[in-house]
Amino acid sequence: MREVYLDHAATTPVHPEVAELIQEYLVRTYGNPSSLHRFGRRARAALEEAREQVAEALGAEPEEIVFTSGGTEADNLAIRGAALAHGRPGHIITTRVEHHAVLHTCEALEETGFEVTYLPVDRHGRIAPEQVAEAIRPDTVLVTVMLANNEVGTVQPLAAVGEICRERGVLLHSDAVQALGQLPIDVGQLGVDLLSVSGHKIYGPKGIGALYVRRGVRLSPLMYGGGHERRRRPGTENVPGIVGLGKACELAVRELAARARTMREMRDRLVEGIQARIAEVVLNGHPTERLPNNANLCFRYVEGESILLGLDSKGIAASSGSACTSGALEPSHVLMAMGLSHELAQGSVRFSVGRLTRAEDIDYVLEVLPPIVERLRNMSPLYAERGRARQAGSPPGEG
Amino acid sequence: MGAQRPEIYLDHAATSPPHPEVVHEVLRAMRETYGNPSSLHRKGLEAERAVGRARETLAAAIGARREEIVFTSGGTESNNLALRGALRALGHRGRHIITTAVEHPSVLEVVRDLEGDGFRVTLLAPDRDGTVRVEDLGRALAPDTVMVSMMAVNNEVGAVQPVAQAAALLGRARPTGGRPLFHVDASQALGRLPLDAAALGADLVTFSAHKLGGPKGAGGLFVRHGTGLRPLLLGGGQEGGLRSGTENVPAIAGMAVAVDLARRELPERTAVMSELRRHLIEAVFGGVPEARLNGPAACADTSDPFAGQGGAAPHIACFSFPGAPGEVVVHCLEEEGIYVSTGAACSSRKRRRSHVLEAMGLPDADVDSAIRVSLGPETSDADIDRLAEVLGRVVRDIRRFARR
Repeated sequence: MREVYLDHAATTPVHPEVAELIQEYLVRTYGNPSSLHRFGRRARAALEEAREQVAEALGAEPEEIVFTSGGTEADNLAIRGAALAHGRPGHIITTRVEHHAVLHTCEALEETGFEVTYLPVDRHGRIAPEQVAEAIRPDTVLVTVMLANNEVGTVQPLAAVGEICRERGVLLHSDAVQALGQLPIDVGQLGVDLLSVSGHKIYGPKGIGALYVRRGVRLSPLMYGGGHERRRRPGTENVPGIVGLGKACELAVRELAARARTMREMRDRLVEGIQARIAEVVLNGHPTERLPNNANLCFRYVEGESILLGLDSKGIAASSGSACTSGALEPSHVLMAMGLSHELAQGSVRFSVGRLTRAEDIDYVLEVLPPIVERLRNMSPLYAERGRARQAGSPPGEG
Repeated sequence: MGAQRPEIYLDHAATSPPHPEVVHEVLRAMRETYGNPSSLHRKGLEAERAVGRARETLAAAIGARREEIVFTSGGTESNNLALRGALRALGHRGRHIITTAVEHPSVLEVVRDLEGDGFRVTLLAPDRDGTVRVEDLGRALAPDTVMVSMMAVNNEVGAVQPVAQAAALLGRARPTGGRPLFHVDASQALGRLPLDAAALGADLVTFSAHKLGGPKGAGGLFVRHGTGLRPLLLGGGQEGGLRSGTENVPAIAGMAVAVDLARRELPERTAVMSELRRHLIEAVFGGVPEARLNGPAACADTSDPFAGQGGAAPHIACFSFPGAPGEVVVHCLEEEGIYVSTGAACSSRKRRRSHVLEAMGLPDADVDSAIRVSLGPETSDADIDRLAEVLGRVVRDIRRFARR
């Protein structure tokens, strides 16, 4: 059976050049970077080269990069680390559409006395910078706003938020896990003090990520145990993972324009194709301010998960919401924050194309998807009701 | 660098090169099992199954149940999660923590930080050979002792600690009401000595993949069923909510291969390595005048290593050559293509004196001249002979130079 992977927002396959490098560092350069001898020094040199590659991709200095076990740890370290370094409870501002690594960390801080403002978003999933300006209080310790949303791909007006935070002297963190490799990132232009990235979303390995920590920012570590990563993250460095992340960053920057162009083309082909073939489909997220790889669509009257199963049986991998929560039955917190009805949110499917997605892949989806949706709609009581309502001359029932 | 000379890597306690089967599995998983285990589709399911299989392998190797294994990014995270996670959940039960003076920094620095949060910490001092005594643990127990943390094998001198005996004591310590939680850092023990987490009687046991020929960036924590634990990392709720973050599927799968290999080869490996270590000590003492061995001379009884009979793990031996600074010895050996360390890798870059050797009460001359030799499954008698020969020459030269 044909396999079409359209879940690149959940994870990406490792780039062959990255895999090759990882092999080298598993087989030959296996030293512990903390060791004094040549094996250790070779590993350390590789580590520092990777740090430069990551820094370069973000417009940062190498010493501002802290390697972590992934995006989740980077988010936890940024938020909890900044909060703990503050020394006493204060106020944090975030948005309702953040990744759970951000939201749950904020919630946990609430239990220890912090107050958190969760900014609402518009129907496209966007905040307005003025909301941040209005929410900042004298005791605001940190603002954390993602660069681009993992579910609907909406890009936040981060640079404007950065300007406000700089003016008001408040730390700004951004989860850029989904944005890296799709948008150019420059921490200086964005005005962020902390920024999280992850390897496996950019054709790098799983189990590795990084946090940009602007020079001078005070941050308490999450863990203790050795002087690694300038005492910000202990533990023997995951050298193969780190060199893999470095390489993936280098490739992401070099190929950014080409990848973005391909992905945008394929994504648009998919969205336009679907809208031409299937009625009553809603594109979620911002019409223009969105990641080039993301198409989040609601198919009215059916459940997204049923569509996913149908697609999966045809070899097509897509997702409903983010991977972390797709085991849960609750509708996506992002779509709900955007004001979608419970019923509509249940019908969402996220397609995320990748650098190797081809027109044939999209055309295969366009061939397979309409009958799946039609079959499900024919079984849907909501759809039947709508048919009856239509015959009776009233407008289609809103959920 | 002598181009033709084979390199002899004797720093397996710092990190042990991944076994070819491990490398194969990591790369295979990276290519084929690239899905996100949380995804509902086939690629996700395949990844989830790979993680599930790895969990079973690790559980089977240490006598645990599948659901008692939490995958982490490594030994350091496991130690942090065990101590802080458990104390976040149970800290209200008591404010006293007992650990040993010879633990890894990822235990010692966490308890030091916990002191700042109002916990009282007792550090058990070791004997001259690096072994702690269960009697000392018994004496240190207080009514409000909430946590005891003891490593299974010391990473610098190889001393095997009486963790089974300690667990038995703790079980008896407070028959009514909550006994203290018992955490064991087994990073240097897994794959080197038979280790049954369930039989051991520990509540939390730390594992690290790269110390036994698995990949870096993976580790595990055994969490006995019913043990209260709060996560360190919050987010998607992976690992039963105890450790959020997309699972590092290739490293986890690679770790399972390393654990399984070690389990299958363990009886043979421990026998061969114990013999190698005997040979090592003999050869070094034969080749270097005024050599000292730090840590136990004999290997632990490999049928029941943690019962309090002392002894060393078969893969670690720490020597001192008074008058020859350890750092200089390490560099001179390196010039000859032999790789050892001055102590734990984690502290060696800082050029800090070993807290382990100091706790053992060694004189300064011994602390400053210590080197750690740690063996791997590939180490041969010929490697040992060459080390002893080179070491004799190197130490003689350094001492002569130092005396001038």
